[in-house]
Amino acid sequence: MTLDLMKDARIRIIIGHYGSGKTEFAVNYAMLLSQQTSNVAICDLDIVNPYFRSREKASLLESNGVTVISGARGHNANLDVPMVSPSILAPIQNEEMQVILDVGGDAVGARILARFAAYFKPGAYDMFFVLNANREQTQDAQGVISHIRNIEDTVGCKVTGIINNTHLLRESGLEDVLKGQKLADEVSKLLNIPIRYISSLEKVTRQLPNDLEGQVFPIKMYMREDWM
Amino acid sequence: MAKVLMKGNEAIGAAAIKAGCKYFFGYPITPQNELPEYMSKEMPKVGGVFLQAESEVAAINMVYGAAGAGARVMTSSSSPGIALKQEGITYIAGAELPCVIVNIVRGGPGLGGIQPAQSDYNQVTRGGGNGDYKLLVYAPANLQEMVDLMQEAFDAADYYRNPVMMVGDGMIGQMMEPIEFKESVSRFELPLKDWATTGTKGQRKPNIINSLALDPAELEKHNIHLQEKYSAMKENEVKYEAYNLENAEVVIVAYGTTSRIVRNAIIDLKEQGINVGLIRPITLWPFPEKAFDLIPSDCKAVLSVEMSMGQMIDDIKIAVNGRYPVHFYGRSGGMIPTPEGVMNKVKELVGGAK
Repeated sequence: MTLDLMKDARIRIIIGHYGSGKTEFAVNYAMLLSQQTSNVAICDLDIVNPYFRSREKASLLESNGVTVISGARGHNANLDVPMVSPSILAPIQNEEMQVILDVGGDAVGARILARFAAYFKPGAYDMFFVLNANREQTQDAQGVISHIRNIEDTVGCKVTGIINNTHLLRESGLEDVLKGQKLADEVSKLLNIPIRYISSLEKVTRQLPNDLEGQVFPIKMYMREDWM
Repeated sequence: MAKVLMKGNEAIGAAAIKAGCKYFFGYPITPQNELPEYMSKEMPKVGGVFLQAESEVAAINMVYGAAGAGARVMTSSSSPGIALKQEGITYIAGAELPCVIVNIVRGGPGLGGIQPAQSDYNQVTRGGGNGDYKLLVYAPANLQEMVDLMQEAFDAADYYRNPVMMVGDGMIGQMMEPIEFKESVSRFELPLKDWATTGTKGQRKPNIINSLALDPAELEKHNIHLQEKYSAMKENEVKYEAYNLENAEVVIVAYGTTSRIVRNAIIDLKEQGINVGLIRPITLWPFPEKAFDLIPSDCKAVLSVEMSMGQMIDDIKIAVNGRYPVHFYGRSGGMIPTPEGVMNKVKELVGGAK
C-alpha cells in the first residue's frame, strides 16, 4: 500500500518523549511528502537540545524543495537559547503550505507550541505522538499516557495519532516493532487515538505482518552518520 | 536484562546510580544538561541527594565535602565548567578523596562552542589545578562501554582515594544507543573508609580532611606517597584496545567518538589495499604506552586523529620513543572528522592510493 501523506491534515505536529525518534520521523516524512506535493515546509521547533535537530539536514531537505525554518539566526547558529524564527508563522498561516512541525522532547519541548495553538483547530492539524517502547520512560502504557497527557495539557490540543517508532537503532528487529505495536495498541484503546503509522527501517518493515493497525512507513536513518 | 535505548547523558546517570552514587552536585552547561536533569528525577527515588549548586566552583566543593564524609559522589560539567572546578579537583586530589567527575567535552578555548570536541585532553591529563597530582581518566568510545566503566570508576576512586574523570565528547553525551545494564563484580577489594569524617561518637580521635601542609618535609612526604599511588595506577589501570595492528602500514591513535570514525576509515582503506591499525586509549591517563610495543617494526607512520589540534601528540611521541614518525590529523571547534578525511591523510602518508 503506498503512503499518501496528503491525507493527513495540513499541519502535522510531531511530538513525543526525548529520543523517541521524532526528528528522524519528521525528516523522513518531509522527504516523502516533498515527492508527493510542492510547498512543503518543516519547522524545527526544538529549542531544548542543540544536537540532532532537523536543521542539521537543512541542505538535504532544501535540495528536495522543502522549506526549512529554524532559529532566527539561521540553521547553524548553535545558540543555546530558546529562539525561534518569526517566519514560522508564514507556513502555519498560508493554507497552500503543507507543514511539519518538528518539536522538542517531552512537555518541556512542546511548550513552544502553545504560542501557536490558536492555529491548531480540529481538522486543521494532526498531532502525532512518536512512541518508542524501548525508551526507558515509555515502556508501558502508564508511561506513554503520562507523556501524552502532559504534552496535551501543555499545548492545549489533542493528539490525533500514534506513530509506533519502536527501535534500537541499527539493532532494530521485527520483535521491537511488534513489542511497540502491542503497547501502541493498548494506549490506542485506552485513549481512543488511532495508530497512524508504523515506522521502521526498510529491512524491518519488509518482515511486518499486514494485519497491523496503522500504515507501514519505511524510514532511512538520515540523522545518524554511518560510523555511529 | 533487555536493552533499552538511552541518551549518553542519561545513561551516565543511570550507571552512576547503579554503581552506588548517592550524591550529585552540579551546575547546568550544554552539552551535559540531561545528566543533572536525570539525576534530579532519579536521585530522590534511591534515597540520594541531587543539588543544583550556584556555580561549578560550589558544586565541586560540595563534592569535596560529601567525599570527605565517605559518600559516593559525582559531579558533571563540560569543558569551561571543568576549568572552573580545577581548584576543587586539586584540593580533592591533595586531600586524597574519592569522587567521579564527568566531563562532556565541547569546543574551546574560552566559552568556545556547544558542539563536540576532545580539546580537554591536556586539561584532564595534565591537571589544570596546581601541584603534582594525577586523575585516573577514562574515555569510553560508546555508551555501553561508558556504562560498563562507571562501576569501575567509582571503585577505583575509592580504592586509590583519588578523583576519577569520565570523559566523553559532546557526541557521547548526546547520542542515543542501545544499552544493557549488566551485573558486575568489583575487581577491587575496597578498604573501609576509616578516614572519613563520619562523627567520632566519642570513640576515636577526629578525622581531619585537609590539603594544607605547611611543613615542607611533611608535604614532600605526602607528594612521594601520592606518586606511589600514581605508579600503582600506571601499573594496574591502563586500558586500551589494539585493532588490526598486524602488518599495519600506518597505526592511528584515536579515542572516544573519533576512534569510531577511524574504524570506519580503516575498514574502507583495507578494501583499497591499505592496512591500517588502531590503538585506542580507553584510559587517557595512564596513557597506554606499552600498546606501542605491539606496532610492527616496518610500520611507516603513527597518526594521531583527534577532535582537537594535536594535544595527544606529546603522549604518543613519548610512547613511540623515536621509533616511527608521528603525524596528526584533526578537526576542532565542534567540527567532526569524517572517515574520508582520515582516509585521505593516511593515503598521503603511504604515498597515494594503491
